[in-house]
Amino acid sequence: MATPRRIKVNESGKVTVVTFNDSKIIDEAEIQEFGQELYDLVEREDRKKIVLNFGNVEFLSSAALGKLIGFDKRVKQHKAELILSNIRPEIYEVFAITKLTKLFVIKDDEADALAAI
Amino acid sequence: MSEHGWSWSAEKRLPSTKGAHIPLMEEILQQLQQLGWSRECRDHFGIEMALEESLSNAIRHGNCYDTSKHVLVECKASPDRFWLRVTDEGNGFKPKEVPDCTADENLECPGGRGLALMKAYMTHVEYNKRGNCVTMEKTRTC
Repeated sequence: MATPRRIKVNESGKVTVVTFNDSKIIDEAEIQEFGQELYDLVEREDRKKIVLNFGNVEFLSSAALGKLIGFDKRVKQHKAELILSNIRPEIYEVFAITKLTKLFVIKDDEADALAAI
Repeated sequence: MSEHGWSWSAEKRLPSTKGAHIPLMEEILQQLQQLGWSRECRDHFGIEMALEESLSNAIRHGNCYDTSKHVLVECKASPDRFWLRVTDEGNGFKPKEVPDCTADENLECPGGRGLALMKAYMTHVEYNKRGNCVTMEKTRTC
């Protein structure tokens, strides 16, 4: 797989930890790219335990939320696990307004996510 | 929406291309900052969200990236109020027919979140009858 441009991928034991390179996720081309890079983790690389660390993310649009939902569907199709972590309060509010807090498992920080997955 | 002593106003026509709204968003957010709307405050974040969702909706869903069509953006701001009107050249839509994305059965649906976010962050949001124009206002809270 080519080196991803929108995300960074690290391993913590059997868990794949993903961080985002962009602090603002609004550009449509970048959202397409970041979505594909996430999809590849489960569809091409068959990773089964994934933590998305949102520590770098200061802003994201509803289009980015749509990609995350698409990723969650693929994770479930491939019987993998996904946990979100390190979400800033203002970003968490976006998840809360759209009720995506019901769809995603969200932990305060990466250590909590790694312990739970 | 009432008259008000506005400190700044702008009117721009945007092309219907991907990302065409981003420089204007930045310009508006910088103007707000100069008027005292702190980037650290939830209001600023909410306006950024409303700008992103309304402008990208107009380009994508309203004008369907048709480069022969434009998006008209009218904006006014003062130290305590923000007003925005976004008009596209599309056929319009009926906001009440958009599924409630927060209902349990719709959580995974592709659309509707932008409208929910605008409504949540703005003090007032209204659409014209045709559904190709959204007007919103925010009263500063912090």
